[in-house]
Amino acid sequence: MNTLHAPTGSDAADALHCDVLVIGGGPAGCWAALTASEAGARVILADKGYVGTSGATAPTNSTVHYIVPDDPVQRAGMVRSRLKEGQPFIDLAWVERVYDQTGANLQRLTDWGYKWPRNELGAEFRGNLRGADYLHFLRRQLRAHGVQILDHSPALELLQADDGVAGARGLRRDTGAAWEVRAASVVLATGGCAFRSGATGTFNLTGDGYLMAGEAGAHFSGLEFTGNYAFAPADGTLTKGIIYRSASFSDADGNPVERPKVFRLLAQGAKAYAVLDKAGDYLADGYRHGQPNIFVYFDRQGSDPFRDRYPLRLYYEGTVRGSGGLLTADDGHTTVAGLFAAGDVTSRERVVGPASSGGGPASSWANASGVWAGKAAAAHAKQIGALAHQRVLRDSHSLGRTSPAHEQQAPSYEALLARVQEYVLPLQRNFFRTGDGMRESLAVLDTLWAQLKSTGATPALDTTPVERARQHIRLRELQAMVASARLFFTSALAREESRGMHKREDFPQADADAPVTHVRVAGTPDNTAHPLDHIRQWRAPLAWQATRPAPAAAEGVPA
Amino acid sequence: MIEFIDAEACTQCDRCVPICPDLVFDAVPGGIPALARREDCQTCYLCELYCPVDAIYVSPRREPETQLDRQHIIDTGLLGSYRRAMGWKPGKPGSMDSDLSYRMHEDFPGGLGDTWKRSGVAGKS
Repeated sequence: MNTLHAPTGSDAADALHCDVLVIGGGPAGCWAALTASEAGARVILADKGYVGTSGATAPTNSTVHYIVPDDPVQRAGMVRSRLKEGQPFIDLAWVERVYDQTGANLQRLTDWGYKWPRNELGAEFRGNLRGADYLHFLRRQLRAHGVQILDHSPALELLQADDGVAGARGLRRDTGAAWEVRAASVVLATGGCAFRSGATGTFNLTGDGYLMAGEAGAHFSGLEFTGNYAFAPADGTLTKGIIYRSASFSDADGNPVERPKVFRLLAQGAKAYAVLDKAGDYLADGYRHGQPNIFVYFDRQGSDPFRDRYPLRLYYEGTVRGSGGLLTADDGHTTVAGLFAAGDVTSRERVVGPASSGGGPASSWANASGVWAGKAAAAHAKQIGALAHQRVLRDSHSLGRTSPAHEQQAPSYEALLARVQEYVLPLQRNFFRTGDGMRESLAVLDTLWAQLKSTGATPALDTTPVERARQHIRLRELQAMVASARLFFTSALAREESRGMHKREDFPQADADAPVTHVRVAGTPDNTAHPLDHIRQWRAPLAWQATRPAPAAAEGVPA
Repeated sequence: MIEFIDAEACTQCDRCVPICPDLVFDAVPGGIPALARREDCQTCYLCELYCPVDAIYVSPRREPETQLDRQHIIDTGLLGSYRRAMGWKPGKPGSMDSDLSYRMHEDFPGGLGDTWKRSGVAGKS
């Protein structure tokens, strides 16, 4: 038996109580927590790492799209900038709302004392947020707003009452102690899933929110738009796409090649190189003093990327830069009562369509959706009222609490992770997708899912509480990665055409004959099996709901 | 991946222990922090940024270095080089206003570059 390190209610220290629990402390979670707090809610924010350095934004600098007041030309230009790649999924009125909210949020940062650079005209340029500064700043605001922060506290399980989600349980990575928060509403802002591909900023992004929401029965949309890979130096880790606009690419022999050919070469195991020789001095200076983290790699080994070509690799960025995710209503409500979501964990199809969410829209969506989810979660908490914490909990069907009984030692985390990655990360599996390849991946992942449900780590008796917690968290992360991959491969098999970040070798064109629809997936609630044992898939018309997503019956969800 | 903490420079303030997003360090009573879970390092350099005395060196390579000349790194001023490039004060944010990213944005071809050129906000100087 292996229940040593399970965060059961009895193991947990006294439960904490609040109105709104936010899970995940990147920009979306921080804005949700700040907004809920300003609406009068008592807020707890739990992050897997440290709020201020955790997540994809912290180690890098991100573009943010916004609308400046009183300039219709700027407004139209910004809103329409993603139209071409986003069609026909994109909703221009919605993009405008997102960018307007972002403009307001950036003004709030300014009012709180955030310092902006000035452009050549001497005006404040707010289109780039330095991650480390931005999140350090947001953490200070959280403290000033009275938000209670739980660092290094991954959530492993959502608590459920009959009328909706009622909090969460998890473990502290730094002490190994269990924690439990009872809340009237929960905001998931756990980010996407990059399958521990090694790209900087993605270590904590293992799809935990998809797993927890999937267990609760949530619906997902657009998860086939996840075939996104990004360049980095071959033995480096930083994926920063913007510099490659100034790059020339070449093959092993030094012959120039076009960018798409680079993907083919790397998929075949051949070498490919880049040199940033198209940047003049002015722009090169912009790169250096805008994105200093890019140049650490080159400076520390004495090379010059503007002059010397360097070998490339491609990192899978999964749903982090993808556009699919949890289906949410205008106010951030998921299809599960009391469960709200914001940022990369949600579907961003309405903002970017089938294209990558990187390069500005994701950052805007994170802060705008964070504000809306935080506001709606606070209103929901008010509705439920003071009795929220007396609600009777029911079985959440989560695997998070019970690290299951088992007879034999499970394979190591490293071995299991390598197996997941073998069927998810390679370009020939996930960038150049085929029906046969994805069915093969799904078969392996289904087997892994069954295995991960029935095995657990057996810590040695002398294992410290911190190491026991780490093993439990890693098991849960593996479950989350396998669940995420099963959800997106199921979606990708359903879309028999190529669009945006979903490229099928067996269906290389967009299907011009059939009406364009969304691919939706969800688990199957069942009292005898785990909800994610069987993943349902269905199509939904291309229409954005004004309020809550349609109930399952209205969309014709198969049982 | 993180390579080392310079024991001579480190003041054992243990700031790096909580701020590492992946909990790589353990505090050690009477000693410098241990690289307890080094394989979890995601090469984000944030420990370098937050270190108030520039005592930490993170290699930009994904895999551990097989040959590392620690003294050469110290002598050539690489400790703290990222913090200085960002313009952070010791252990604290700074120089957010020296960011030249607008040059990248304004360089976008076609309409987007022009849109970014209009995106400055007239603020109080």
